[in-house]
Amino acid sequence: MLRRTLCGSLLVALGCLVASGPARAQDGAKPAFVFTGIPDQDESRLVERFGKVATYLEGKLGVPVKYVPVKNYPSAVTAFTNGQVQLAWFGGFTGVQARKASPGAQAIAQGAEDAAFKTYLIANTKTGLMKSVDFPKAIAGKTFTFGSRASTSGRLMPEYFIREAFPGKTPEEVFTRVGFSGDHSRTIQLVQSGAFEIGAVDYSVWDLDTKAGKIDPKEVAVIWESPPFPDYQWTVRGDVDAIYGAGFTEKLKAALIGITDPAILAPFARSKFIPVTNAAYEPVERVAKSTGLLD
Amino acid sequence: MRALRSIPGWGYAAVTRWFVGGAVAALLAADLAVTSLHPWADLQRLLGGLIHPDLLSVEVWSVVYTIAFAILGVTLGAGAGFVLAIPFARFRSVRLLCAGLRSVHELFWALLLMQVFGLSATTGILAIALPYAGICAKVYSEIIEEADLAAVRVLPEGTGAISAFAYGRLPDVATAFRHYTLYRFECAMRSTLVLGFIGLPTMGFYLESAFRQGRYAEAGALLLVFYALIGSRRLWMRLSTLPVLLVLSVLALPRTIGTTNWLASLGRFVTHDIVPSPLRSGAILDPETWSRLGLWFRPVLTQQILPGAFQTLVLAQVALVATALGALILFPLVSRRFAGPIGQPFGRVLLVIVRSTPEYMLAYVLLQLLGPSMLPAILALTIHNAGIVGYLMGRHADGLPYRADAPTGLNLYAYETVPRLYGQFLAYLLYRWELILRESAIFGILGVTTLGFYVDAAISELRLDVAVILIVATALLTAMVDALSRALRRSLRLTDLPTRLSEARHGPETSPLRPVCS
Repeated sequence: MLRRTLCGSLLVALGCLVASGPARAQDGAKPAFVFTGIPDQDESRLVERFGKVATYLEGKLGVPVKYVPVKNYPSAVTAFTNGQVQLAWFGGFTGVQARKASPGAQAIAQGAEDAAFKTYLIANTKTGLMKSVDFPKAIAGKTFTFGSRASTSGRLMPEYFIREAFPGKTPEEVFTRVGFSGDHSRTIQLVQSGAFEIGAVDYSVWDLDTKAGKIDPKEVAVIWESPPFPDYQWTVRGDVDAIYGAGFTEKLKAALIGITDPAILAPFARSKFIPVTNAAYEPVERVAKSTGLLD
Repeated sequence: MRALRSIPGWGYAAVTRWFVGGAVAALLAADLAVTSLHPWADLQRLLGGLIHPDLLSVEVWSVVYTIAFAILGVTLGAGAGFVLAIPFARFRSVRLLCAGLRSVHELFWALLLMQVFGLSATTGILAIALPYAGICAKVYSEIIEEADLAAVRVLPEGTGAISAFAYGRLPDVATAFRHYTLYRFECAMRSTLVLGFIGLPTMGFYLESAFRQGRYAEAGALLLVFYALIGSRRLWMRLSTLPVLLVLSVLALPRTIGTTNWLASLGRFVTHDIVPSPLRSGAILDPETWSRLGLWFRPVLTQQILPGAFQTLVLAQVALVATALGALILFPLVSRRFAGPIGQPFGRVLLVIVRSTPEYMLAYVLLQLLGPSMLPAILALTIHNAGIVGYLMGRHADGLPYRADAPTGLNLYAYETVPRLYGQFLAYLLYRWELILRESAIFGILGVTTLGFYVDAAISELRLDVAVILIVATALLTAMVDALSRALRRSLRLTDLPTRLSEARHGPETSPLRPVCS
């Protein structure tokens, strides 16, 4: 009895696992066009913005469009490189990672603000640090949190500026404690609560969270604005034309650039999307190599 | 190991002294800061969420997926384990394979499988099935070894091996197999929940979001649903309902959004991604390539493996001794003799809740409450494991035959119960040592600087070659601790005592004690 049940169960499970794999997804005539985005801030805002993008793109492209939520930055890159998603809203560095691992992939559009993006260094007000134009060297010896490990404005660029300000030292040597919060909204919360004294955040998320009333100016303030660098972009896989028909990439690019609805743009904190190419992200790649995050 | 076995003076007291001494030394190296300024306010909000759960916010499908992944994962894992259990005792290669499978944590398996199968049901199910195959093979084989051979001896000569196994041995071990497998299912529910924290669509996915954004009423509701599922599992998870549950699980599996060409991904993963980068570009026969491999490996060893392994050992050592103290304090709560007929049921409910809480989730929550240091990780491991060991000890305490004129209260506890149970107590703890270590390494993903911290970094930098080396190092460390633990149990003559499942031999109840997650 036991053996029969076990063997039967095993067979059923195996059979179904095999059946549920790639075969199931091929039953539709047109495979759904799937995209994701790096989870850089509060999830409710991500669901709102990407839900709207999915509906918009479905209308423009004539194929079903789906959004896959992910829990961390590398999952977004992995989903892109193994072909689970065809399009992704990446940060500067994750975009470079994804295009390097997936030859043929192209950056097609960025927010108008992304050509000259900024990092804010923020500090808990108890540190007594004031806003300055020059890099605030007084942050040495404090506790510090980055955003995600693979974030451009929350890790790569701030690490680069820190290494420039303290030559020959790594962030671990400059600060008494270094953490990785995971996303920018969380960085703000951690510095606001005092769990970390200093943090590096994406300026657009800071602005969005300020508007949402999540920031208490008595607890946390911006102490430094970084020089500009290129950041977020939409990157598409190289094989989409082969799957969805010639000219699909161009159609997609036109659709993204054609977004004018403030309801879609507002949760992105972008005024519009503009065309971009892979070459625009060469500075990010150079910085990533110089800080050892990229080979 | 052999040297240890022959050390004569290693009694219970000596082992205890060594472990406590090690933990005190480790405490000096541990980072125990509380950096959060308002831990109590957050804790209050969390408890408020448990008292006023928002049950309507529970994503029903996440509950279904959690059960489905657990059922299919355990079925595949136990099935494979059963097949591997038969050659397990005879072939060293099978034993090594199983040791390798089980020394890698489910979350590490999931992180690797995700590279190939994406965020899909396949990833979730295999992440459970692979390590569970290893552990089930080992335990099934142990059960077979311990079984009564009387039936096999009287079989007529010339009976085939399969027939002999099916008719002579299986009937004897079937009950133990069933108990153990159903028990694995409880562990799998916890593991599956935790897989949600890295993106699979189980309850953990929504729990992570709820905790992260402070929606404690939703988190409380999810937790209560989870406890209810675990608490009621014996009602709906039976051998007779298994076929139905299996079919339903398969039907309920989430459709993978998007497709991955997993064969191509697997090919790239094996032949490119996990090959150390100097070997990818250079010619294999060129000595230059090998010197570059050395240059590549050295910083991985000195800056990641060694500090990571040190921190992992520090965390595991402190947590193990704290678990011991916690278990000694907690076990009277579940013993009828100490807690009384009214107190005991409450104690049991408390400890069952504590042990049903996945330690990874506990660490995640405590890190949010207390801020980033080793303290939340120590607390999480201690609470979970002390709950388990305390529960089992309490049942042993009631199983002891006491004299009619035995003392009561503290005298009974200190002079009779604890001394008589001490060997059993050490057996459980030495067994949990390896499990605590495995979990300590994983907590690195949450930000404690154990080995998982560096694995997380390597994956973020898409350096899967480094990630795999770190995972292998973790597995070796786990295997070493496992071997040391077994050597100690042998030298203390504890090998015959129950560890994973306390057989009902000494217990007052007819149902065997359920084993503890391994």
